[in-house]
Amino acid sequence: MTNPLLSVRDLRVEFATRRGPLVALDGVSLDIAAGEILGIVGESGAGKSLTGLAIIGLLDPPGHIAGGEIRLDGRRIDNLPAAEMRKLRGRRIGMIFQDPLTSLNPLLRIGDHLVETILAHSALTPKQARERAIALLSEVGIPAPEKRIDGYPHEFSGGMRQRVVIALALCGEPALVIADEPTTALDVSVQAQIIAVLKKLTRVHGAAVMLITHDMGVIAETADRVAVMYAGRIVEIGKVSEVVRAPLHPYARGLMAAIPTLEGRVARLAQIPGAMPRLSAIPRGCAFSPRCPEAFDRCRVERPPLLTVGDRSAACWLYDRGHAPAMTTEIVS
Amino acid sequence: MIAFIIRRLLASLGVLIAVGLIAFVMFRYVGDPVNQMVGIETPAAEREALRQQLGLNEPVIVQASRFLLNAARFDFGISYQFRQPVSVMIGARLPATLELAIVASILSLLAGVPLGVYSALRRDSALAKLFQALSLVGISLPTFLTGILLIYLFSVTLGWLPSFGRGAVVPIGSWWTTGLLTMSGLKSLIMPAITLALFQMTLIMRLVRAEMLEVLRADYIRFARARGLSERAVHFHHALKNTLVPVMTVVGLQLGSIVAFSIITETVFAWPGMGQLFLQSIQNVDIPIMAAYLLFIAFLFVIINLVVDLLYVIVDPRLRAAVHGASG
Ligand SMILES: Nc1ncnc2c1ncn2[C@@H]1O[C@H](COP(=O)(O)OP(=O)(O)O)[C@@H](O)[C@H]1O
Ligand code: SF4
Ligand SMILES: [Mg+2]
Repeated sequence: MTNPLLSVRDLRVEFATRRGPLVALDGVSLDIAAGEILGIVGESGAGKSLTGLAIIGLLDPPGHIAGGEIRLDGRRIDNLPAAEMRKLRGRRIGMIFQDPLTSLNPLLRIGDHLVETILAHSALTPKQARERAIALLSEVGIPAPEKRIDGYPHEFSGGMRQRVVIALALCGEPALVIADEPTTALDVSVQAQIIAVLKKLTRVHGAAVMLITHDMGVIAETADRVAVMYAGRIVEIGKVSEVVRAPLHPYARGLMAAIPTLEGRVARLAQIPGAMPRLSAIPRGCAFSPRCPEAFDRCRVERPPLLTVGDRSAACWLYDRGHAPAMTTEIVS
Repeated sequence: MIAFIIRRLLASLGVLIAVGLIAFVMFRYVGDPVNQMVGIETPAAEREALRQQLGLNEPVIVQASRFLLNAARFDFGISYQFRQPVSVMIGARLPATLELAIVASILSLLAGVPLGVYSALRRDSALAKLFQALSLVGISLPTFLTGILLIYLFSVTLGWLPSFGRGAVVPIGSWWTTGLLTMSGLKSLIMPAITLALFQMTLIMRLVRAEMLEVLRADYIRFARARGLSERAVHFHHALKNTLVPVMTVVGLQLGSIVAFSIITETVFAWPGMGQLFLQSIQNVDIPIMAAYLLFIAFLFVIINLVVDLLYVIVDPRLRAAVHGASG
């Protein structure tokens, strides 16, 4: 990938605790091209949200970036002063959170949210901002937006609220939208609609998307590439078509085997026996080794780096040709 | 909305009637009213006449209704000790207490809310930590001690402020007197108001801080930041409003208890208010005054509750919807 929009290298996030730092993300590297949709999948607690929050600079203390770098358009943003970072938020990078019920301020009208955000990013007059707000609401498919704009969040259904949230995230025309499980809290019947709105709107506005979900079905239908995360690391990253059809990493294989069918989307993906280790008890060597059906001696001693396999990468010793300590840790470009 | 207000008013009335009945029981059965009013050597016939005149021989229901009806007209009978209508005595003391309470409330809000907001927004700063520590002192320091310390410092040692009384007062209309318009009145007000406000202020500060920290963790705050809104907008447009909604109830009730707490402050500063009158009435078992004071405090809390409920509905659109949905 030449000149990616976003480039994350060896990102490390730690929580300062009384008993020393707790490593939550370790060696996370990924690229997102302009306009691309990168899916992020993995069990709950794998570090998906932390990755998104680290990129947009909203990690809550005691969480903090302890290593690596994040570049947007080639410019480092992980060490920007707070005021500089704030200028990027909403305008270059936007973020959508899981629960639309709690994402909106209950005391403010929908229009207050939108107008305030539009005014923060443009030189429009309040009247023009309101017109733009109505246009955005209509774009995300809110019926009668000129009326609904004066409603309060509690007057909207979950799906409608998430549409409002998408409109809000697009107010500043960001180049990248991080969508953290945007449909998990929603009724199954509206999930597909919201994903469709998100996909259409980001394409119209030319925004790339980092789509965090644990729904492999959504990834398969929506994303261009996908990163599979496990215990704070990326274990496989590559084109959706390849990763979904022929996953390399044993954990990814477990996930894909659990892809729910169209009829029964109920089945959750963690069908692999065992549970992800807690941050304080990540095993030596490969973090997946206690659950891995193919683990061998080396896996329990040495930690596998991301190894290039064709067009993609996987963090698994099975792909270390010659079984020598891998020196080829570059990312698929 | 109208239906909601009417419902709330009816409920308030119920509370007042209940408290009125308690006051009646106190009046009628704690000691014998006649014994309290006459001397030891008063002949039995005279006592019986007085009993008849006061209506104490009538059925309890009739007596209770009369007591409530009189109370509704602010008629609480005659003070045993002072032989004056209780309503007149309370009326004369009311301005002193209310002025003190209102000034103390304003003081505690004006200081408590900004201090709480500051402590939440800069919670790791040395100043915020200092406020937190001081607020613990403020909460645990007994009111009379604060008062005595202030008197010692500003009256005895420095001689700046008077240690007792209300100073010169000016009448406003036929039944209100104010100390706010004279220099000596204002000077006299400073220490009692600070004494009374200190506890409330620290309480409000701690409450605002805790509530704001909670609100700052909310998803909509994080989303507001993610949209690139300025810290100012996030803190004062989004967080503060949501902080103040739940704080409103507690603060309202605290303002009510300022009046109740003023008993101690009024005693320390010899403030000629209702609290002092109430203490005297307890010493003298002057039941009519006690009953009237009880009803007054109940009335105050009922009013405050009502106002807080209405404010809630005005501020919170979710409640507004609920109220409209329920009553049209
Ligand atoms: N404030 C915190 N303190 C300590 N650990 C945390 C904190 N927040 C998150 N974590 C841990 O970081 C890991 C990754 O969390 P997260 O990114 O939210 O996972 P997910 O993939 O489900 O979004 C989890 O193990 C979680 O327990
Ligand atoms: S490195 Fe070993 S334990 Fe880890 S996934 Fe690969 S085979 Fe399994
Ligand atoms: Mg998450």
